Amino acid sequence: MKPALVVIGNGMAGMRTVEELLALAPDLYDITVFGAEPHGNYNRILLSPVLAGEKTVDDIMLNTREWYAEHGIALHAGDPVEHIDRQRRIVRARSGLEVRYDRLLLATGSKPFIIPVPGHQLPGVLAFRDIGDVEGMLAAARDHRRAVVIGGGLLGLEAANGLMRQGMEVTVVHVTDALMNQQLDKPAAQLLQAALEKRGMRFLLDAQTSEIVGTDRVTGIRFKDGSEIAADLVVMTAGVRPNIALAQAAGLHCERAIVVDDTLQTYDPRVYAVGECVQHRRATFGLVAPIWEQARVCAAHLAGTGHRRYVQQASPTRLKVTGIDVYSVGDFIGGEGSEDLVLRDARRGVYKRLVLDGPRLAGAVLYGDVQDGPWYFDLIQKGADITALRHHLLFGPVPQAA
Amino acid sequence: MNLSQEHLSVRTTCPYCGVGCGVRATPQGAQQASVAGDTAHPSNFGRLCVKGSALGETLGLEGRLLHPHVREDGVLRQVSWDAALDKVAAQWRAIVAEHGPDAVAFYVSGQLLTEDYYIANKLMKGYVGSANIDTNSRLCMSSAVAGHKRAFGEDIVPVSYDDLELADMIVLVGSNLAWCHPILFQRIAKAKEARPDLKVVVIDPRRTATCELADLHLSIKPGTDVWLFNGLLTYLHGIGAVDPAFIAAHTNGFDAALAAASITPEEVAQACRLKVEDVLAFYEAFAANAKVITGFSMGVNQSSAGTDKVNAIVNCYLVGGRIGKPGAGPFSITGQPNAMGGREVGGLANMLAAHLDLDNAAHRAAVREFWRSPTIAEKPGLKAVDLFQAIEAGTVKAVWIVATNPAVSLPDAEQVRRALAQCELVVVSDVVRDTDTNALAHVLLPALAWGEKDGTVTNSERRISRQRAFLPAPGEARADWRILAQFAQRLGYAGFDYAAVHEIFDEHARLSAWRNTPEQLPRMFDIGTLAGLDRAAYDALEPVRWPLGKTPFADGRYSHPDGRARFVATPPRLPVNQAGGEFPLVLNTGRLRDQWHTMTRTGRAPKLAEHTPEPFVDLHPQDALLCGVREGELARIGSNWGSMVARVRHGGGIARGSVFIPIHWNGQTSSDARVGALVNPVVDPVSGEPEFKHTPVMVDRFPVQWHGFVLSRAALGLEQVAYWTKAQGAGFSRYELAGRNRIGDFGAWARELLEVTDDDADWLEYSDRSAGVYRAVHLVDDRIVQCVFVSPRPDLPERAWLASLFASERLSDQERAGVLAGRPLRQGADAGPTVCSCFGVGRNTICNAIRENDLATSAQVTACVKAGGNCGSCVPEIRQLIAVVRAEAAEAAE
Repeated sequence: MKPALVVIGNGMAGMRTVEELLALAPDLYDITVFGAEPHGNYNRILLSPVLAGEKTVDDIMLNTREWYAEHGIALHAGDPVEHIDRQRRIVRARSGLEVRYDRLLLATGSKPFIIPVPGHQLPGVLAFRDIGDVEGMLAAARDHRRAVVIGGGLLGLEAANGLMRQGMEVTVVHVTDALMNQQLDKPAAQLLQAALEKRGMRFLLDAQTSEIVGTDRVTGIRFKDGSEIAADLVVMTAGVRPNIALAQAAGLHCERAIVVDDTLQTYDPRVYAVGECVQHRRATFGLVAPIWEQARVCAAHLAGTGHRRYVQQASPTRLKVTGIDVYSVGDFIGGEGSEDLVLRDARRGVYKRLVLDGPRLAGAVLYGDVQDGPWYFDLIQKGADITALRHHLLFGPVPQAA
Repeated sequence: MNLSQEHLSVRTTCPYCGVGCGVRATPQGAQQASVAGDTAHPSNFGRLCVKGSALGETLGLEGRLLHPHVREDGVLRQVSWDAALDKVAAQWRAIVAEHGPDAVAFYVSGQLLTEDYYIANKLMKGYVGSANIDTNSRLCMSSAVAGHKRAFGEDIVPVSYDDLELADMIVLVGSNLAWCHPILFQRIAKAKEARPDLKVVVIDPRRTATCELADLHLSIKPGTDVWLFNGLLTYLHGIGAVDPAFIAAHTNGFDAALAAASITPEEVAQACRLKVEDVLAFYEAFAANAKVITGFSMGVNQSSAGTDKVNAIVNCYLVGGRIGKPGAGPFSITGQPNAMGGREVGGLANMLAAHLDLDNAAHRAAVREFWRSPTIAEKPGLKAVDLFQAIEAGTVKAVWIVATNPAVSLPDAEQVRRALAQCELVVVSDVVRDTDTNALAHVLLPALAWGEKDGTVTNSERRISRQRAFLPAPGEARADWRILAQFAQRLGYAGFDYAAVHEIFDEHARLSAWRNTPEQLPRMFDIGTLAGLDRAAYDALEPVRWPLGKTPFADGRYSHPDGRARFVATPPRLPVNQAGGEFPLVLNTGRLRDQWHTMTRTGRAPKLAEHTPEPFVDLHPQDALLCGVREGELARIGSNWGSMVARVRHGGGIARGSVFIPIHWNGQTSSDARVGALVNPVVDPVSGEPEFKHTPVMVDRFPVQWHGFVLSRAALGLEQVAYWTKAQGAGFSRYELAGRNRIGDFGAWARELLEVTDDDADWLEYSDRSAGVYRAVHLVDDRIVQCVFVSPRPDLPERAWLASLFASERLSDQERAGVLAGRPLRQGADAGPTVCSCFGVGRNTICNAIRENDLATSAQVTACVKAGGNCGSCVPEIRQLIAVVRAEAAEAAE
């Protein structure tokens, strides 16, 4: 009998790990997958285009149920695991199904953070995390007009854009004075805001929500300063929280998330974890690139060919709003002793900033013209000495001298 | 439809060098014309050099002086002609009344037409009664004049251009013919192509473009030409290459000259810092070829021993009787279009008129009688350098400067500024409004420019050609002769009531024949047969060479009273100021291929400016190392007399111990690049010609915080910038800048420099603040208006591509994306600095063509990328590029 691998979480991180594992050792395990959502595995990153009406749900599916069958994987979609018994090495799902494991992979992802203000449970208050949320938003867009998105980060702007594309009047409420402050510096944020305003998006910055107003359904939002705006739909995109309740209940060591080592192993050697639910050193994860790397490392260890180590690396961010190009990677703010190269072409809507740390590129913010982003990312990853390139760096790879 | 414009075109001559090429100008609307070579003119047969080809670009009224102005309380005010001339006449009269005629002076120019020159000379010498009229030709070929007069008894150039094709050997001494007289160079190149045996020897301290054609280049130590030619005389005598019969029958002074010249080839080699084999190779070839022409130019003339150099050369011809024969003779190649015309009318302080002598009472009487003038100057006037020293000393109190820019061009140019600044009356007649000299004028008078004025010029082979007007007179500008004649009339002088310019030519022609018989006052300059031309005949005058129908000295008769030529003893002497101590290097000055004088005309043609847009100091890399300067950076060059700033260049043609700086830049085109300010005010004792080619200097770092450039459609105010130069581009001005200040906020600094006050201006910028790099581009409606690039080092992008953007009305997205990079971002290569100005072909384009197609000759390059196919001025550079690229390829292949 083959050893049993149980995967908790049918999302991108978990299934990518399974795919990597199958490529390395196709017949090593009997694999069982539990997922909370009643679907196959889909690309969560592409929910924004689905909301914007540019893609359908079918377009974003990664692994169909047939795929699981072909690979002999038992899929339990819509049946979340509720308990892990590490003594007996058994997981129990909501349906009561118990499955024994030799190896357990936690890929429980994260939960949207719903700001706990009064009224946050009213109908018409949604997050933007899964297909259900998108369906809720699309339904609201059919019957309602005014949407408020709380949180001017990457996800919030994508949600706001999608809702606007669905015909709603959208106001983005953000707690600081600049959009996407995790990814952009101020000049880029201002360009972004101006471009979105030109499309009709409204912004309330430095705005702290104190209450969601409404009786049967949301009707508006009140702020700390007492002002109020009307809303038929409120989308909360104020960040995510790693989904660690199950792991904590099982007694696995957690800080902000499930703590793993360089092999993605938790404090229980039979239990691995990948994705947004893990904490590696001090970092937690929200972007896909490091998670793909985690999947690669984790799969190697599950396959018994484990010699890889997970090393944190900068990962680039792109905003998926059609017609607006934003690219950000690495340390784009810089610190003491760092230097920067800046290019501005306001009329063309181009802003680029590269942050240098000594002879190396540390970060990049690109707005309006992002095509050299991958090149900068590559330079950052390689830790390349860019001294000789410095004067050309912001203009892209130099063509071979004629 | 392609109708011929030929019937509309006017035949005239080029206003640049002394070659005197014929030009056909076809007016194209107001103040514009297209220009082509005149195939019927015997000087150039239709060819034009790059400067001549670009004449059309230099027309137009921008920057022209169009009205008389008088300075009052430091401010120039426009006045009427009457008011201006009345003022000048009143002050002039008062000064002469109080201090005598020698307290006033004219300083004129080889740019003047013969008729203008004639009037100025007549006015001064015959009516004011002083010989204080000198000319910028003093700076150019007065040593040749003096040498000719000493040897031949008259200022005669005994060679014609046709002789170049007849010669078996051509020696070029102190002449960068390829750049300074390109059409003559091309005639020689063509002759050598047809007859590869034609031997060309170049004697020049620098390895110039002219050396491209040379079989032998003698890189002579500056200022030692007399040793070399004395050695030649000694050698010719030693091997018996002499014509004793000719010497006996037609010359005087041989023995003394030979004695003074006595020197062995070994001693020559040592004195001239040459290899003795090279010296002997030159001497042997000179002896072996009967038909040898020795062309010489500023490298000979501009020396404290200039006249002796000329005579040392002439001696070598007299010894073999090789004068007045086809394909042989010493050939003074003049710099200016009408230097020779000025010599004919005697427009120098030590000449009279029509080849008559100031120091000869009979000559003076004859001229006075001809002019029926109230007086005649009796003693030589002040020569150029002395004149401005006398102005500073206060003995000359009024000076009228015509068509020249002495505050730039004279040695010790700071002294000239000082002199003019304290002179009681400075009158300037000029065609442009802003020059370094005009800035010091009390009265500015607008003169007609080339294309507007009408008269005659004489070129280096004594050929008189008509310069004809093809454009209307702009504003209130007047012909120089008319300005002077009206002034003379205001002073109450009769004899200046000319109705038209042909009347002056007629008078000049008659004076040349006045008493010109063997019995009376014989001289070879006689154009009496051209007297009596009416307006129509004068207008129709074809180019004509004097003496008409004769070859000078073919009959063995010279113009000294005894009919013999003179050997002049030329004991050699070193330049007056030797390098050493604080000033260890020797400064040599000269011209560039695509510029003329102080650039008032050529500077307006974008394609000419591209060749060398910035003043430079060329020196040997080892000297640079010793001075602590680096190629591409700025250097301060200082002498005992002044200093300037220029960019360091290693052209490869300079021997150790020497530096070369071009003469063209001035206060209008650069913050601090007037080489005249450095030049020692030392002159030849006979000719008075300054020693421009030999000033001890030092070269030092010019430390700056930043380097930069601006291309701008509008002119900039640059008071705050430590170093700037300005060059004309097509639709923009190009400024090269450097500053000593630390710039804090680059954006604010750049906006202030470019005078961009609108916060919403379409402003692109790039900054690398910690590296001190900043770039900004200002656009209006997608059209580039200005750009500025700054870096702490002179590592700025090439200007060529950015410059090309000024030609377009709208930048494409791709161009816009590249503009801060200073280069096209994707396809489309940078052509590099322009080599071929005619076709605008860049260095990179040419090098690529050579590499990719394995080109070996300039003709192949021309066939491939057109470069060199029009004027041919860049052919030497193309050959060099071929050599360099092929050498690199060969090295890479190893």
